[in-house]
Amino acid sequence: MSNVFLVLAAFLASTVEMVEALTIVLAVGVTRGWRSALVGVAAALIALAAVVAALGPALTLVPIDALRLFVGGVLLVFGLQWLRKAILRASGYKALHDEEAIYQAEIEEARRAAAEERAGLDWYSFTLSFKGVFLEGLEVAFIVVTFGSSQGNIPLAALGATVALVLVVGTGLVVHRPLSRVPENSMKFAVGVMLTAFGTFWGAEGAGVDWPGSEGALLGVLALIVAASLLLVRLLRQRQESFERGMRERAGAGAAS
Amino acid sequence: MTFIRNFIAFWYDFIVGDDWRVAAGVITALALTALLAHRDIAAWWLMPLAALLLLAMSLWRVAGKR
Repeated sequence: MSNVFLVLAAFLASTVEMVEALTIVLAVGVTRGWRSALVGVAAALIALAAVVAALGPALTLVPIDALRLFVGGVLLVFGLQWLRKAILRASGYKALHDEEAIYQAEIEEARRAAAEERAGLDWYSFTLSFKGVFLEGLEVAFIVVTFGSSQGNIPLAALGATVALVLVVGTGLVVHRPLSRVPENSMKFAVGVMLTAFGTFWGAEGAGVDWPGSEGALLGVLALIVAASLLLVRLLRQRQESFERGMRERAGAGAAS
Repeated sequence: MTFIRNFIAFWYDFIVGDDWRVAAGVITALALTALLAHRDIAAWWLMPLAALLLLAMSLWRVAGKR
């Protein structure tokens, strides 16, 4: 069961991050040419591979309980951050992630940026592609390495990420547009829930807890976090709507007087 | 020196983000869980409860600013 969640979490997290990276690379490539943008992508992928190659084996040397305590704690902090943002988006407190709008903004910026050549490359294209792929990819690498090492199966987590890579890049090559139809906000919500559930489960196990029902307890934790998150979205949405109603009434009263 | 500061700032922002209280709460909850578990007291309920409370409090801080 945990293996299914492992692949699913790596796949979903990788998809949303790769869609964001693809938007940046497409905007730069379409506006300023593909050569420097693709060199930036290749350099970022090499840097990411180095991070995974260095961190992955190092983590497998740590005793499993200590690893789960540390990784569980870090994943929980990281997951609560994702989930918090996802709940704020779903309840209207934060703008929804709009890939099409981001693409248009990136295109505008790429058109305005001055041309500067370094090492035979358009430096703006190279650095923007590199940063986009490296920073978005770092979250994927972080999830693959931490999930995989805690579950004792980095290749399985990497499989989820690879499937996402093939799907996103393949679709990007075909449509040549940002993948704005991917339900990114819902996927981010799901990833936040999974990171929080896994972090809670492993963190507690690493601290010495024996879960009732062993691995089956993960499903219970997952269900609890989903239910609580949906409840929080509902409560915050009500609060936001009542705030907006109040603002409209005040504006209406101001206009009348 | 600037590189080290930037490096730490990057990882802090990457993992902890904009609410350090959540990270502090998670560390405290893990320490409490370890303490209870090592005294053979059932502590499996503590981490899920802590995670939900920390999430709710962090969200409420944002909502309260409106």
